[in-house]
Amino acid sequence: MDVLTIIGQLINTTLVFATALIFTSLGGIFSEKSGVTNLGLEGLMIFGAFAAGVAGFYAQDAGLSGFGAACIGVLAAIVFGVLVSLIHAVASITFKADQVISGIVINFLAAGSTLYMVKLLFDGAGETGLISGFDKVNIPYLSTIPLIGDVFFHAYPTTYLAVIAVIVTYYVLYKTPFGLRLRSVGEHPSAADTVGIKVNRLRYIGVMLSGALAGIGGATITLTTTGTFSHNTISGQGYIAIAAMIFGKWNPWGAFGAAVFFGLAQAVRNYVQLFAWTQSIPQEVIYMLPYVLTIIVLVAAVGRSSAPSALGQPYDPSKR
Amino acid sequence: MNNILKAITKDSFVLPIVAIIMGLILGAIVMLIGGYNPIDAYSALLTRVYGDPYDFGEAIREMTPLIMTGMAFAFAARAGLFNIGGEGQFLIGMTAATVVAVNLHGLPAYIHAPLAIIAGAVFGGLWAAIAGFLKAVRGVNEVISCIMLNWIGLYLANFVINHFMLLQGQNRSEDIQPSASIAIMWLSEMMGNARVHWGTAIALAAAVFFYVFMWKTKQGYELRAVGFNQDASKYAGMNVNRNIVKAMFISGMFAGLAGSFEVLGVFQYQSVMASSPGTGFDGIAVALIGLNNPFGIILGSILFGTLTYGSAGMSFSADVPPEIVRIVIGAIIFFIAAQGIVRWVLKPFYAKRKKEKVL
Repeated sequence: MDVLTIIGQLINTTLVFATALIFTSLGGIFSEKSGVTNLGLEGLMIFGAFAAGVAGFYAQDAGLSGFGAACIGVLAAIVFGVLVSLIHAVASITFKADQVISGIVINFLAAGSTLYMVKLLFDGAGETGLISGFDKVNIPYLSTIPLIGDVFFHAYPTTYLAVIAVIVTYYVLYKTPFGLRLRSVGEHPSAADTVGIKVNRLRYIGVMLSGALAGIGGATITLTTTGTFSHNTISGQGYIAIAAMIFGKWNPWGAFGAAVFFGLAQAVRNYVQLFAWTQSIPQEVIYMLPYVLTIIVLVAAVGRSSAPSALGQPYDPSKR
Repeated sequence: MNNILKAITKDSFVLPIVAIIMGLILGAIVMLIGGYNPIDAYSALLTRVYGDPYDFGEAIREMTPLIMTGMAFAFAARAGLFNIGGEGQFLIGMTAATVVAVNLHGLPAYIHAPLAIIAGAVFGGLWAAIAGFLKAVRGVNEVISCIMLNWIGLYLANFVINHFMLLQGQNRSEDIQPSASIAIMWLSEMMGNARVHWGTAIALAAAVFFYVFMWKTKQGYELRAVGFNQDASKYAGMNVNRNIVKAMFISGMFAGLAGSFEVLGVFQYQSVMASSPGTGFDGIAVALIGLNNPFGIILGSILFGTLTYGSAGMSFSADVPPEIVRIVIGAIIFFIAAQGIVRWVLKPFYAKRKKEKVL
């Protein structure tokens, strides 16, 4: 294989891996911009992947086409993600529980309850039935461009959707009144309250959006890479998405860049053994490289974090 | 007598107990929905753990590292730091202990074993101190650096085992020297070869150390002060940055010890791992159940260990999927965290108590 083909394939695989991270870190941004820490992204992804696997399987079983079943899977993932994120919202916003803890609870519940349900639904088996999921699509005309066409315009529909989601998120957060209110609630809730913004309502919306997006993120993995849901379908992707969000300084484009970076890191593994000179590098070193690089970049360039000021604090109007 | 009564009716005691009961009830409801008998399931769970000496010993083995990783999280939390990196510190501590335990020859047991334990503690501590140092010097969020260090720790541990100590044709390290083992042979024989070890005793001692250090020494006071309010501590002349690094170092030592116990006491070798073992994350749950108090953490790990070890028995004799205990544990933490819900449930009782006082 010549180098150009390999680079092309590498980029293509990168985008596949990055897609789930993009959705999930965008979800994290919505929640955290509203002032609610969301460490439960991993759990929300697991629920999304589970819902997509189960709903997709039954839809396919009922005779739907692969694409139709996959769409049902995505919808189910959104519904599940929103419902589960409500647990986090009720605990941390209404009952003013520690947001970090309530996020961890989601992760715990996710690991246990999805497998419990899978075993109930699939006669004790540890995974859902296999589904065909999304197929890669060609964008008309663009995909015929030599080299570039194969790299960027022959991909899963979810990847395109992820890029659109970044643009929409950016627009919503920074160009609409809703976005301004959401951010104000995360920066200075009492000031927002004074001008009549419903702090807790906006925080609920922020958390539910994070549930929906993390759900799609999880669904992406089931519907494009694995085709089934089991206990290790997600395995740490949610934490990486959190890292991508912080790495990207809570900015949609920053998170997008960070997600692509982590996606590249995952993709590189598949190509490490192709050249003679790369075979001498221990596999483990390649595996740990992205994480080492992240730390170096954080130390060198990003420095002091730029989290929303009121992040992690429940809003108590009596303390205004 | 009055003091005891007061301690039992205190919120910090009542709320976790009620939260645990509510968690167990919720688990029972989920089992009923799934078509299982919760009474059978819970009794199978308890029989599995406390039914015979072997299982009891193994359950204690399961609880021991949880006490350590729980304290690792709690110690940092007391200083206002979120140490989500127990996982990586556990693995690095484990690897350091393995290196010392496999490669040093001819040492007497009373030197070799302590040396391996100390290596595990120190390297676990250093691994955590990296996150503390980055936070203190460059303001890097410790959550993200800990997540990164968890992954790096996993691959670094595998690298060391794969390249320096691999047992031919196996996916694990060579066996450790017998002189480095901390297994308690006579007790193990009495308990049907359950893998009991001295780590349990060290864990209990570590809990006492945690308590004394945190609440009876000047350094502990400083750590807690920094945890409460960094600016005020700085104003009072405390070196905030040094305290952050120190808190992370000690926190990591606890997790590192947990890793070294697993090698020296339980397995006698270290496997090459495909993914993190999860002990560090479980420790977070234990710390939350124990309200970040060392003795609460011991109780928390008894609860956590009983539920997870017993869950195997539950699936074996009552045919209930063992994952249900993760739901129960999640619910318990949820109710402990969202105390408002528990207070709301308890409201009728509280109202009654107040009335009595008036009379």
